[in-house]
Amino acid sequence: MNAHEYAFVVVATIGSIAAVAVVTARNVVHAALYLVVTLAAVGMTFLLLGAEFVGWVQILIYVGAIVILFLFGLMLTKAPIGRDTLDYQNRAVGAVVAVVVAIGLGSLILQAWPLASTPAAPSAPGGSDVLGSALFNTYVLPFEAVSFVLLAALIGAIVLARRDEGT
Amino acid sequence: MIGDTSIFDTSVGGYWIPLVMKAVAVLAVFLVVPLAVGYMEHKVLAHMQARLGPMEAGAFHGWAQLVADGVKFIQKEDVVPAAADAGVFSLAPAVVLIPYIVTLVAIPFGPRLYALDLDVGVFFVLAMSSVGVIGVLMAGWASANKFSLIGALRAAAQLIAYELPLVLVSAAVVMQAGSMSLLQITQAQSHYWNIVYPWQLVGFVIFMMAAVAELTRPPFDMPVADSEIIFGAYTEYTGLKFAFFLLSEYGGIVVMSAVAAVLYLGGYQPIGGLSIIPGFLWMFGKIFALSFIIIWLRATFPRLREDQLQRFAWIGLTPLALALILVTSVYKVGV
Repeated sequence: MNAHEYAFVVVATIGSIAAVAVVTARNVVHAALYLVVTLAAVGMTFLLLGAEFVGWVQILIYVGAIVILFLFGLMLTKAPIGRDTLDYQNRAVGAVVAVVVAIGLGSLILQAWPLASTPAAPSAPGGSDVLGSALFNTYVLPFEAVSFVLLAALIGAIVLARRDEGT
Repeated sequence: MIGDTSIFDTSVGGYWIPLVMKAVAVLAVFLVVPLAVGYMEHKVLAHMQARLGPMEAGAFHGWAQLVADGVKFIQKEDVVPAAADAGVFSLAPAVVLIPYIVTLVAIPFGPRLYALDLDVGVFFVLAMSSVGVIGVLMAGWASANKFSLIGALRAAAQLIAYELPLVLVSAAVVMQAGSMSLLQITQAQSHYWNIVYPWQLVGFVIFMMAAVAELTRPPFDMPVADSEIIFGAYTEYTGLKFAFFLLSEYGGIVVMSAVAAVLYLGGYQPIGGLSIIPGFLWMFGKIFALSFIIIWLRATFPRLREDQLQRFAWIGLTPLALALILVTSVYKVGV
């Protein structure tokens, strides 16, 4: 193993332990904080694979914004302050969702990379220029479609959240 | 390529020695410059209020006041409230402080004086500076104190709101320079600093306002508004942990000033061929000048109300930053 692989093992171990802790944590805010560690580990994995831009964007968007929104929502609504815990006893539904997601993602990954095949070495470092030209030349249509879907979701959220006076 | 390799890599061989040297240099800058800015805040605020500020500690104008404060903080009892979540409570100051130290790694202080030239330096700096707010949320929640929680929530709402204009105006600079590397953005300003372009001047003003808001400094200090929520998320902290929060505030001023200096004021580039003064002195001069402006704002403006603060970000700064990107792209394509 070289230094990269050692680093990957460390990052993946930390990320996996934190991911398990997200599910097993007794306190919902602790779970969200473990999620920070997991998402940062995912970002580190991108960095180790040479995808610098994606890695830092992962940290900027997920750690810097989305988890903060999570914590924000939790603290505004249900999070018990301090050491109290919260448990909805919804384990059966959770288990069903977990199994379905695991089967779905697992079959998808196995289809894309069968077990026998060796993964291809990254052809070029995924710097921002490579990513940009791929996005806006090869994949411009899916990119526009995704941004359209996001725009629709955004407008939908505003419509749902907004209560105009007298309507 | 200009700005070939870091001076740390060429002066000595090997892998570990330059690495340790870089880490020591970054840590030294982080421990010294924020203290200087803190001292400057004491003095500038004092003189703006027609008084002297600290005069006793140290021989000259109380220069050692912050060192004395540090010694005092170390001696204080480390109190954790009985109802607090002790683990999260103790971890929070580190989560706030460390991202700012890490940010300094990417800042160039001279054509060859930098620790790391990242291909996506701007994104790295913005990503790191947005991590600290998790520490603020942790502090506010773990304190088990309603004032702390309100302060933390205000801080989080404010950071999300002002993150957007900050990233957008930085993107305008990136478009103009054609690179996301902080070193190459500096090199691109060797003839004209970005601030001489009218639209980038607007961008500079937006950047500084959003940066002050991210640091929750006055006039955007609703999250720590002392007259209504005591000291926001930091209310329950004492001793060394409180000192860490203070250090990260001054460290934040230094980091944000440094990024603004690189993006808009040409980084280590001298004014009008005054290259006899070395680049790192220019860089430090710009950092202290911008820090002075941030301190000046504190002495000048009253605090914005929470709703004014949010409206200012979403209805004022964000659309203006988007328009700025439009103007920059027209300039890039047309000229």
